Amino acid sequence: MKQSIFTIKENVALTSSVYRMLLEGDTSDITNPGQFVNLKLDGLFLRRPISVCDCEGNILTLIYKVVGKGTEQMSKMNIGEQLDVLTGLGNGYDTSLSGENPMLLGGGVGVPPMYMLCKKLVAEGQKPQVVLGFNKADEVFCEAEFKALGVNVTVTTVDGSYGVRGFVTDVMRNADYSYFYTCGPEPMLKAVYNTSKTEGQFSFEERMGCGFGACMGCSCKTITGYKRICKEGPVMKKEEILWEK
Amino acid sequence: MGKMSVNLCGIELDNPVIPASGTFGFGYEFAELYDINMLGTFSFKGTTKDPRFGNPTPRIAETPNGMINAVGLQNPGVEKVIYEELPKLKKCFNKPVMANESGFSVEDYVYTCEKVDKCEQVGWIEVNVSCPNVHGGGMSFGTSPEAAAEVTRAVKAVTTKPVIIKLSPNVTDIVAIAKACEEAGADGISLINTLLGMRIDLRTRKPVIANKMGGFSGPAIFPVAIRMVYQVAHAVNIPVIGMGGVSSAEDVIEMMLAGASAVEVGAANLVDPYACKNIIEDLPRVMEKYGIENLSDIIKGVK
Repeated sequence: MKQSIFTIKENVALTSSVYRMLLEGDTSDITNPGQFVNLKLDGLFLRRPISVCDCEGNILTLIYKVVGKGTEQMSKMNIGEQLDVLTGLGNGYDTSLSGENPMLLGGGVGVPPMYMLCKKLVAEGQKPQVVLGFNKADEVFCEAEFKALGVNVTVTTVDGSYGVRGFVTDVMRNADYSYFYTCGPEPMLKAVYNTSKTEGQFSFEERMGCGFGACMGCSCKTITGYKRICKEGPVMKKEEILWEK
Repeated sequence: MGKMSVNLCGIELDNPVIPASGTFGFGYEFAELYDINMLGTFSFKGTTKDPRFGNPTPRIAETPNGMINAVGLQNPGVEKVIYEELPKLKKCFNKPVMANESGFSVEDYVYTCEKVDKCEQVGWIEVNVSCPNVHGGGMSFGTSPEAAAEVTRAVKAVTTKPVIIKLSPNVTDIVAIAKACEEAGADGISLINTLLGMRIDLRTRKPVIANKMGGFSGPAIFPVAIRMVYQVAHAVNIPVIGMGGVSSAEDVIEMMLAGASAVEVGAANLVDPYACKNIIEDLPRVMEKYGIENLSDIIKGVK
């Protein structure tokens, strides 16, 4: 973990509620796709955990959805403004288990962490196939960015207004893959868990206090014991997940 | 003896700053960032007789200038703390540590306190009779003078190290409880634990926290803490540790003027992992600004 000051280089809307923020600063502690950062925002007491979408040189890319006060405030920030950021939080995805043809399934605002993961898998010589799930056409983002990595991308929308009608699991059900990685809302993660035919890794979300393992605010039970989503997670392997709630 | 040193129940601290229990784990997360030996000491994660997972999530809610937590004393149990956590801590912290102990019966408190009392690394035992997040224990011992005194007496009977009773602010007369603990043999009082609080999500109309209510902390509660530390410090003759929303060197000094011999820092650690380091490094500047030669001179210095 590292605490440092980042400068906003870009902050643009990708859809009516999803934004992309580019931040310049010390990214040296971001070592794995699937990790997150924790942002201090003026006037708000707790930091806001946001998953890393990409990290290239000293530029950190975050894609976030406006869901509350904190993300709304972020969406109004301007180029040149500075943010106090904790970086290098969480375990991230383990790419060593991917096999040659892993499937990446991102749902909604669970799509961003799949990007850096996909980039890493491609760099490691694997051939990932990507499935991005959204509710409807005007919520779709990042399709072109994934395609630019030279991978096979399928977009699904629940209402069929874009791409394949249905859920990411409808694509997964009929596909062949060596392993899978996923991030998205919990009902989607459960559906992926039940549909999947191989081992895989899931990224979870929870309300956090600190984001670095001190407060025990985001603990969960797993088959291998209690884990902190922020420290031993947010990525869990399929075989250790206990669906409790 | 340095200008910032204070005496806490017979043990000298290099400075009065102590990360509060539940906001500093067992120290390792912070030891990765800075040398935690610069702290006065720290109070480790509240420990119980048996391992506990704690409450369901969400356990955290934000408030204006603060937060609510309902962790519910998640901890690996006193045996693991002694045989696994303390040896690990020894590698990054060479000062006496404050053991924070909780229970659901007088026997629980006796069991855990007697065990940690035997640990060489432990300097003080902070007995938590004020956790708002567990049922049938914790705070229920800290809301009546008789029950608080009973726990104090029982723990004192089986320990040799200074026993500090951590009090709840969720009471009508905190002075009566503090006095009862002093009469029962407490070596010190620490206060305040969190205030019982609640938030409701407008969209779902459900409480934000799964346990509905939780402990409210952060700068928002600082004036309540100052008031209670002032009341208790002026009513007892044992050292008082002040806490509740402390987040700056100025806050530390205000807390000491109110009557605190040492000061715990809680929620601030969760927002800024360097909070305690920054406070300690800033203390000399603030002392100079207010003409303070030695910090120990200002304890209970409010006019």
